[in-house]
Amino acid sequence: MSRYLIRRILIAVPSLLGISLVLFAVLALAPGDPFSELATNPAIPPSVQAALRAKFGLDDPIAVRYLHWLTAMMHGDWGFSFVSRVNVDTLILQRLPVTLAVIGASQVLALLVALPVGVYAATKPYSAFDQIASTLAFIGFALPTFFTGLVFILIFSIQLNWLPFVFRSDLAATGLTWWWEEIRQSIMPVLVLGLFQGATWTRFIRSAVLDVIRLDYVTTARSKGLPESGVVLKHIVRNALIPVVTLIALQMPVVFGGAIITEQIFRVPGIGSLLISAILANDTPVIMAVTFVFACLVIIFNLIADLLYGWLDPRISYR
Amino acid sequence: MTEDDLRGMIEQVRRRKLSRRAFTGRMIALGLTAPLAAQMLTYSGVAKAQETFIYKPTKRGGGGALKTLWWQAPTLLNPHFAVGTKDQDASRVFYEPLGAWGPDGDLVPLLAAEIPSMDNGGVAKDGMSVTWKLKQGVTWHDGKPFTADDCVFNWEYASDPGTAATTIGSYKDVKVAKVDDHTIRIDFPKPTPFWADAFVGVNGMIIPKHLFEAYKGDKSREAPTNLTPVGTGPYMFAAFKPGDLVQGKLNANYHMPNRPYFDTIEVKGGGDAVSAARAVLQTGEYDFAWNMQVEDEILKRLEASGKGHVAIVASGNIEHIQLNNTDPNKEVDGERSSIKTKHPFLTDPAVRNAINLLVDKASVHQYIYGRTGIDTADFVNAPEKFVSHNTHYEFAVAKAIKLLDDAGWKPGADGVREKDGVKLHAVFQSSINAPRQKTQEIVKQACQKAGISIEIKSVTASVFFSSDVANPDTYSHFYCDIQMYTTTMSQPDPGIFMRQFMTSEVATRANKWQGRNITRWQNADYDKLHDDSDHELDPVKRAAMFIAMDDLVIKDVVVIPVVTRPSVSAVGAGMHVPLSGWDSNFYAVQDWYRDA
Repeated sequence: MSRYLIRRILIAVPSLLGISLVLFAVLALAPGDPFSELATNPAIPPSVQAALRAKFGLDDPIAVRYLHWLTAMMHGDWGFSFVSRVNVDTLILQRLPVTLAVIGASQVLALLVALPVGVYAATKPYSAFDQIASTLAFIGFALPTFFTGLVFILIFSIQLNWLPFVFRSDLAATGLTWWWEEIRQSIMPVLVLGLFQGATWTRFIRSAVLDVIRLDYVTTARSKGLPESGVVLKHIVRNALIPVVTLIALQMPVVFGGAIITEQIFRVPGIGSLLISAILANDTPVIMAVTFVFACLVIIFNLIADLLYGWLDPRISYR
Repeated sequence: MTEDDLRGMIEQVRRRKLSRRAFTGRMIALGLTAPLAAQMLTYSGVAKAQETFIYKPTKRGGGGALKTLWWQAPTLLNPHFAVGTKDQDASRVFYEPLGAWGPDGDLVPLLAAEIPSMDNGGVAKDGMSVTWKLKQGVTWHDGKPFTADDCVFNWEYASDPGTAATTIGSYKDVKVAKVDDHTIRIDFPKPTPFWADAFVGVNGMIIPKHLFEAYKGDKSREAPTNLTPVGTGPYMFAAFKPGDLVQGKLNANYHMPNRPYFDTIEVKGGGDAVSAARAVLQTGEYDFAWNMQVEDEILKRLEASGKGHVAIVASGNIEHIQLNNTDPNKEVDGERSSIKTKHPFLTDPAVRNAINLLVDKASVHQYIYGRTGIDTADFVNAPEKFVSHNTHYEFAVAKAIKLLDDAGWKPGADGVREKDGVKLHAVFQSSINAPRQKTQEIVKQACQKAGISIEIKSVTASVFFSSDVANPDTYSHFYCDIQMYTTTMSQPDPGIFMRQFMTSEVATRANKWQGRNITRWQNADYDKLHDDSDHELDPVKRAAMFIAMDDLVIKDVVVIPVVTRPSVSAVGAGMHVPLSGWDSNFYAVQDWYRDA
């Protein structure tokens, strides 16, 4: 087990290096310039922009810039944003709590909806419940989040005037009022993201359970006279969960990455909006840091998923 | 319009036959700026306009929260690092300049006791220096007094290349000396007619010496106060999340009486312009939203809910079309559009004039921009037109056809005109932005009727406006025949703006396409006029020179102005918000109040 772990971690190092190299090269080759806004302003002499580029090392060859970035990263120095001149780790840490809360809540909501609905629909396939659940699921993932988001705003904020549509990270209230306000402003983004995710997962869990439910050992369990709830929970769901775990584990990095479009619509100051504004401003250090952390998380959660298989299915061993 | 005409108009203003605002409007139409117009009036001894804005609150505070939306989020709070309007505006909540530009181009004193003039001896007769008297009794938010040392320090700080300040252009060529604790003198290297640059407006915000002294030059990025500003402004710093939110609270020791009105201020960033307009005009969640780049149709619909209105302030932004003077398809010494080449047909005056007649500005205004883009004949000037306050220009396909026929451009088999084997086929580029593509289409259709074939090209804004030397699609490379974008003339001094037609400013490979002269138009008379204007101390004579320069530009159809684009904001009901097109949106944030 520990040998397996060490080997996996060792394999991760070159893949991370490769990822960082590709990311850096793509960003360096992409058009744009963090100081382009200065270029169109005639009051600022071009030399100012040139001096800034030189100072921030933007004129060095790509290879030199990559090595600089890599060595700094090894020392735990994530660099600083060209646009705000703030350290990148500070920027990310500022955005992390809101991202985890909003996106995390939406994933939990998705799971809470998808798991019971998916399992129940699979145990009673083609029943009225299954038909309705499937129809809703199809509608759910056919509607993109930017559309449902706007529809929610139009209905709940503008027509009914129940919920605010500008997310505030600075609620002045304390105690219970704070929680109430926080929930009020989070409902719409969490619902939009959670229902979209939940719809996809419902379909997936349903088909995973359907695959297992027909197997011989389930019939055996039933013929032994075990109660139906025990059959479903211990024999069916546990085995059906293996592919679902992979799916959810791979979804976890997304929680960190935020939801670019939804965050933009509701002005949620999460990592997604940090990433998109950095991309629009060509703020390379921020883009690099966010995408690289994302890559690390994908690799880590892949490993966690592999380890979870062993717990769910003892037949899987690690060599 | 000559110098005498100008003096005649100023005389009319003095006799109140012409309002100050109308005078300023005509000067802007001539391609000058409101600040220069105001300078001409002051110089000629015409009294300042009565302040039209009346501040009603009779005590400080009590106004509750002021909530504003900037759909591009502020990313930093040091005015010397400001990259765009959003950063300048956010810094302006906490920091103040000596003087600010009002809507009519008048200088309004903030940290100055008075605005220097020749009469009060502030402006030297030889144009070599200007002396500012600072307001006494002003304190920084931490209680330390504001003195001349702070001003001198800001000059040292910003002019040090190591600091990498974006305001360096306003400070690097001048010298600032302390006369006494509350007086400074700015010395210029040569006679300078436009002295109000350093310490004025968006580039003039002053940071405290005692907190930034240790962080001058290469260490500038490390200053903790870069993120937690301590200024002299009406609001004190409360919290800042880059790219998201700026918060301030009332400064109980603010140096103007009864101000500010609001107890807290909030600048929330992010999102998009349409939903920002919605939050102010439709739901009333916010009090003010900046830069409403939204179709006028939508704005009108949102305004109908009665929760607020749209405020439109004249500024110097002009959407214009540029005609290339060089050949974009021939490569000389590794660059296209080289000044060693001549454009095969756009150098023919007949073709240039024909294209000028084929831009249907009225339709662009009416069907695309509405209130947010007004059709303009700006730059186009003949004296009689101005006297009658005319915004006359022509859209005449038949006239264009005749011009081309007379010049020998004959329609070929495909309907496209040609002469000596050269076809009138032009590539017309602009950045991707719905109104621009619609405008391109309008121009293309009119040109087709006249036998000029237009190929439309649109480039992502981030590429089009970048200064990437290797990318041929930037506006400064101008590797096509015609292009269109907005030029900002918000700089108080037109001298800087007018540099874009000087021979020495031609964008070339040698200067990494950083020259301001994008059309590569060259004219010796123009260059001489501009050089002279740099030394002319009489603002009226100087304005006449600028107008003469404009005449040259217009005669040659170097650019075709399409619409002026005023600055558009959404303002909540009951809010009183003085705005100026020549300074930051928060140029008078201390005066903002709401009807109780």
